[in-house]
Amino acid sequence: MTNDTSTVSTDPLRSQRERACWMSLLAKAPAPLLLRVASDFGALPSYLWLRQPEIGLAMVRGRSGGTGEQFNLGEMSVTRCALRLSDGVMGVAYVAGRDRRHAELAALFDAMLQSDAAERVQQLVLQPIAAALAEQRAHSAAAAQETRVEFMTMVRGEAA
Amino acid sequence: MSATIDALLPGWQDPVHDAQATFRTVLQAMAAPGTVLRLPVAVIAPNPLHPATTAICLALADVETPVWLGAVDAVPAVAAYLRFHCGCPLTTDAGAATFAVLTDVDGDLALERFGHGTMEYPDRSATLLVQVDCLDTDSGYMLTGPGIEHAAPLRVGGLGVQFIEQWRRNVLSFPLGVDLIFCCGQSIMALPRTTRIAMSAGIQENVSCT
Repeated sequence: MTNDTSTVSTDPLRSQRERACWMSLLAKAPAPLLLRVASDFGALPSYLWLRQPEIGLAMVRGRSGGTGEQFNLGEMSVTRCALRLSDGVMGVAYVAGRDRRHAELAALFDAMLQSDAAERVQQLVLQPIAAALAEQRAHSAAAAQETRVEFMTMVRGEAA
Repeated sequence: MSATIDALLPGWQDPVHDAQATFRTVLQAMAAPGTVLRLPVAVIAPNPLHPATTAICLALADVETPVWLGAVDAVPAVAAYLRFHCGCPLTTDAGAATFAVLTDVDGDLALERFGHGTMEYPDRSATLLVQVDCLDTDSGYMLTGPGIEHAAPLRVGGLGVQFIEQWRRNVLSFPLGVDLIFCCGQSIMALPRTTRIAMSAGIQENVSCT
């Protein structure tokens, strides 16, 4: 996610990519952090449910080595919902897990990012989330780095 | 695109129980042809669909059932609604449809253009949701067949004479054929392929034949 705080551009492909980016951020956000930024945000707009939060299963598929046969890795629970702001903008969320409130907030912010409030949401919601996720990644990378092992193989004598 | 999103309406209020209640009512209607039943769910229907038509689509149509919309196809709000809430493919090929929504009852329903199933799989036929203006009129026709003890009145207004003839052929093609569900407001009335239609006066003669 870039720190570009401009509102949705008119180019459909670009705005689609931007939306995919923020939807991913909102879905991956740690739920306590999302709740906190939402309560810090102030008044949230009213909305109408198009699809109330519902929990279902999604099959995660994998492909070994990028060239192997596709296989079913396993099922995971997913919560999804869709809502509409009073000005007609639609927000959608698909969130891993069973947290209805997380999905609701993610959908609400998705809708707000397409409306006039986009800039504020970028600053007050997306940036803290992106920072927290980056920190989380750095933390786990550092933890992995501590136990890193370098494997070396001795060249066998036969080739000489 | 934004126009269709503006018009997008909410689906079920309570997805599990609303869908189950609708399914149960459709089942009951199919079991007792000619009986007018009221769906016990509240749905905000995208114009020009009736709540009953919309509820049946929500309950029955999904990603595996192509839906044919006919005249309604041109209404973006309906297409967007069904795509969003049912996830069903919309088709313009009547023969490929599992469900079809028909609104122009006055015209030719042309039942033979829809899938009638095959001898191996007679269930692979279309179910037609026919929207009508009223389900409480006396059409002058009576229904007989499985699920009806003696005879039941056909309480659908505005059906053309050609429909009666098409329906006769549909019944004759048993076990193949299409099934109809008449929808009006919140009410439904089913006409499965086993139900025969006859003029009210002709019932006596029909009964004695069977």
